[in-house]
Amino acid sequence: MSLTNEIIQQTLSQKFTPKVENFHILHDMLAFEVKKDASFEVIKFLKEDPSMNFNFLTDVCGVHYPDYEEDRQFCVVYHLHNWFDNVRIRVKVFLPASNPEVESIVPLYAGANWQERETYDFYGITFKNHPQLKRILNMDEMESFPLRKEFPLEDQGRTDKDDRFFGRTGPNC
Amino acid sequence: MSDSSKIKQVPAPEGFSGEGFFATKLSEVVGLARANSMWPLPFATSCCGIEYMATMAATYDIGRFGSERMSFSPRQADMLLVMGTIAKKMAPILRQVYEQMAEPKWVIAVGACASTGGVFDTYSVLQGIDKVIPVDVYVPGCPPRPEQILDGILELQNIVKNESVRRRSSDEYKDLLNSYNIK
Repeated sequence: MSLTNEIIQQTLSQKFTPKVENFHILHDMLAFEVKKDASFEVIKFLKEDPSMNFNFLTDVCGVHYPDYEEDRQFCVVYHLHNWFDNVRIRVKVFLPASNPEVESIVPLYAGANWQERETYDFYGITFKNHPQLKRILNMDEMESFPLRKEFPLEDQGRTDKDDRFFGRTGPNC
Repeated sequence: MSDSSKIKQVPAPEGFSGEGFFATKLSEVVGLARANSMWPLPFATSCCGIEYMATMAATYDIGRFGSERMSFSPRQADMLLVMGTIAKKMAPILRQVYEQMAEPKWVIAVGACASTGGVFDTYSVLQGIDKVIPVDVYVPGCPPRPEQILDGILELQNIVKNESVRRRSSDEYKDLLNSYNIK
């Protein structure tokens, strides 16, 4: 019997409610939200339970929603893949802007190491118990977390660039 | 050896010649020697580097201008050619390469990215290498054609030919390096 989205949703709801919620299908893929204090536990279950068997972590990434309420402004999204039944799911963990911190899943998937570092590098989301949480792509001296919306895209030291030539003009120009 | 009759020799500098001797200024001779044997150090990070490879190869043949030998050690190079986007993370490495070159040394920024950051108007890209090292010649283009790179090298040869032999020990030059915080 192959693993279906309904089975995954049922099993998780039974075991973890109210820590898991908002199951929905987006782009043919089951997605759901997990409360931040349960993320490690849920992902551990998804990996180690023989009926779930999500053996592969495809991606970890961050999202910044500056317009959401204070305790949902940051999101960490995990993409998991079950190679045996070829099923993918997406796990979202929303975090508050004041303290964007979530448990690291490096003990479960060694491949999460660099991906969590990247998420920290660009969004400033900290991963508790990560073995080496420091910047990975940007230079170490950088002070901002560049993909947060409050930081401008452009380099502030530029001297010879005109916004008009980069398609960044106001409606009157 | 080629039988071509179109061999062009570098003209002799201004001077006084008589039977069996030729007298000129030392700076002219030094300039002539330096300008016509520039050893390039290619620092290629992207597409401008590919154009430079064409410049080195048979069709455009940078060797015609005395730059036959690529120097992949900064210690035996005169001319640093920076070709391509320099990320801010790369900037200290570029600086280190520049500092390792022996005097006299010159820099050509090849292409829009090396000159100004180009289309990469973003937080992670250095907005022109002249933010970290002094540049002598800028070659525009995205990427520039090999002819343009050769033109830049010829322009630099002109600068080298006319450079005073004392320039490297002058206060202006020290101020220039100090403004980049290079010791």
